[in-house]
Amino acid sequence: MSNLLQVNDLHVTFVTPDRTVHAVNGVSFDLKRGETLGILGESGSGKSVTLRSILRLHPEHRTRWSGSIKLGGDEVLEMGPRALSDLRGQRVAMIFQEPATAFDPVFTIGQQIAETVRRHTGKSDSDSWKRARELLEMVRIPSPEQRLKAYPHEMSGGMRQRAMIALALSCNPSLLLADEPTTALDATVQIQVLLLIRELQREFDLGVIFVTHDIGVAVEVSDRIGVMYAGKLVELAPVERMVDAPQHPYSRGLLASTVHDGMRGQRLEAIPGAPPDLAEVPGGCSFAPRCKFVRPDCTASVPSLREVETAHAVRCVLAA
Amino acid sequence: MLLYALRRLIYLVPVAFGVSLLVFGLVHLAPGDPISAIVPPDAPKEVVDKLKEYYGFDQPLPVQYLRWLGVTLTGDFGTSIGTGRPVATEVASAFGNTLILAIAATLLAFTLAVILGTAAAYAKSRIVDRLVTLISLVGVSVPHFWLAIVLVIIFAVELGALPPMGIGPENSTGWRFDRAHLAHMVLPTIALSVIPLGVVTRTVRSTVKETLSMEFVTALQAKGMRDRQILFHVLKNAAPTCLAVMGLQAGNLIGGSILIETVFAWPGTGFLLNSAIFRRDLPILQGTTLVLAGFFMLLNLTVDVIQTMVDPRIKRG
Repeated sequence: MSNLLQVNDLHVTFVTPDRTVHAVNGVSFDLKRGETLGILGESGSGKSVTLRSILRLHPEHRTRWSGSIKLGGDEVLEMGPRALSDLRGQRVAMIFQEPATAFDPVFTIGQQIAETVRRHTGKSDSDSWKRARELLEMVRIPSPEQRLKAYPHEMSGGMRQRAMIALALSCNPSLLLADEPTTALDATVQIQVLLLIRELQREFDLGVIFVTHDIGVAVEVSDRIGVMYAGKLVELAPVERMVDAPQHPYSRGLLASTVHDGMRGQRLEAIPGAPPDLAEVPGGCSFAPRCKFVRPDCTASVPSLREVETAHAVRCVLAA
Repeated sequence: MLLYALRRLIYLVPVAFGVSLLVFGLVHLAPGDPISAIVPPDAPKEVVDKLKEYYGFDQPLPVQYLRWLGVTLTGDFGTSIGTGRPVATEVASAFGNTLILAIAATLLAFTLAVILGTAAAYAKSRIVDRLVTLISLVGVSVPHFWLAIVLVIIFAVELGALPPMGIGPENSTGWRFDRAHLAHMVLPTIALSVIPLGVVTRTVRSTVKETLSMEFVTALQAKGMRDRQILFHVLKNAAPTCLAVMGLQAGNLIGGSILIETVFAWPGTGFLLNSAIFRRDLPILQGTTLVLAGFFMLLNLTVDVIQTMVDPRIKRG
């Protein structure tokens, strides 16, 4: 089956008069229809920047891109503004971390879903409104007719995120980008929203990229997991492999730092140190300063992402 | 919404009462005696007493206040001490003239301010942003009466392109919508619009800029909305803050144009107040201040009502 999305050697640099930040430094991955890729990383690892680059949501005048983002046969990085805005919301949709701030506070939920439908399908006002109602039913929001007329602040967090998902799916996209969509929600609501996303993904055969810093969530939803550190993918593997046999010292550290059953009384593992400043591209492995297995050749040159087993790639000189 | 507006209207009653007390009290606290302004300095005491009795100045203040309030409530603001004509007539015609000028100036200032402020907030080059900031800074800082005089010197005296003063041609009986009267409005309108232009531009710029940095703008882009559709969302979000400032500025134009109206001899409330102060014409002073205060209250009410219509998060309690 052909790839829905192919990202190749993506670099993203933010340039301001005072500072240059190399946020993403050579990320490559692909995604098939119906597949969920979880991107795991701590804040500042470049996971959200990578995700938003797929829709080119960063301010154009301050952002330098290089590499390639191919969607079907189209190169996103070379699209003109018109083609780009046609793509956004129609073929690729996005759900945000904070539904409270991602909705415009002075328009009703119905208006905001209907305007998206109208924008991409050219449907009439009343047909768009009908479609918005269907969508709210689809994400199981009770009494959708009244909810359409509600303003974002009149809804609960979980309800808003459902509405956000309804909005994202309003024009039948083939790719759904989820930027920590459950981070701002209560634990119980979190599970409901995750289940909803997974169910809708199966129903519509969506490709999903799910960015999170929550390992449990990533394991729950993903088919494959990519671990990002300092703007690079350091490991990419099917979810079972990642849980059972993580190869990169950083992935191992991350997985060891989670809490699970039978750990009462034990000390939690933590990774010492902090992620590097991204003002300069390091000459060697970015994780080397924090790594307990560091060797002289770690800092000599940037390790390449090597396949250690089918579909399991690691960016580490130690990986067998 | 209608119920909210009505309730707010009822809340205005105690405020209006307070305003009437202040208006009456302040005028009487001011030094100077109205009767001595209209009689010759060597007038016999009996004449002065007679006049005081005629105008009611011999009564204790609370009685004066109640009598004044009583007739005022019937729409009768008394008689001008200076001209002998009813205050209501004088204030009405002056207020009409001021209103015309104020409307023209607010339209000019607010339109330009919204365009300039939005452009500056959107601007990617620093030059545009700096330029607009400079314009608004100049607008706020330049003394507008000085600018008025400079405008008169350039356009009326040197170029002879526009009339320097008055509401219309010499035989004019009042403002009318024609070429001659409009020509007389040009310079005072520009001079009057400078301050609100500066203030509102600054507000629009910072509010729109702040709105643009909000997550929902990215979300709107992410769902493929066109730039002008996004602009509409942004402006609606920025509206409540900008409207509040606009309301205050519009109010200032109504009451605060004494200097401009004096420079241009524009027969508005500012002009009327100015001459009333010098003549100690208490009924005119009270009547004008009361009308202006009333207008200010209604303006604030209107802004509040519009704000709740634009932003559903503002409580209607």
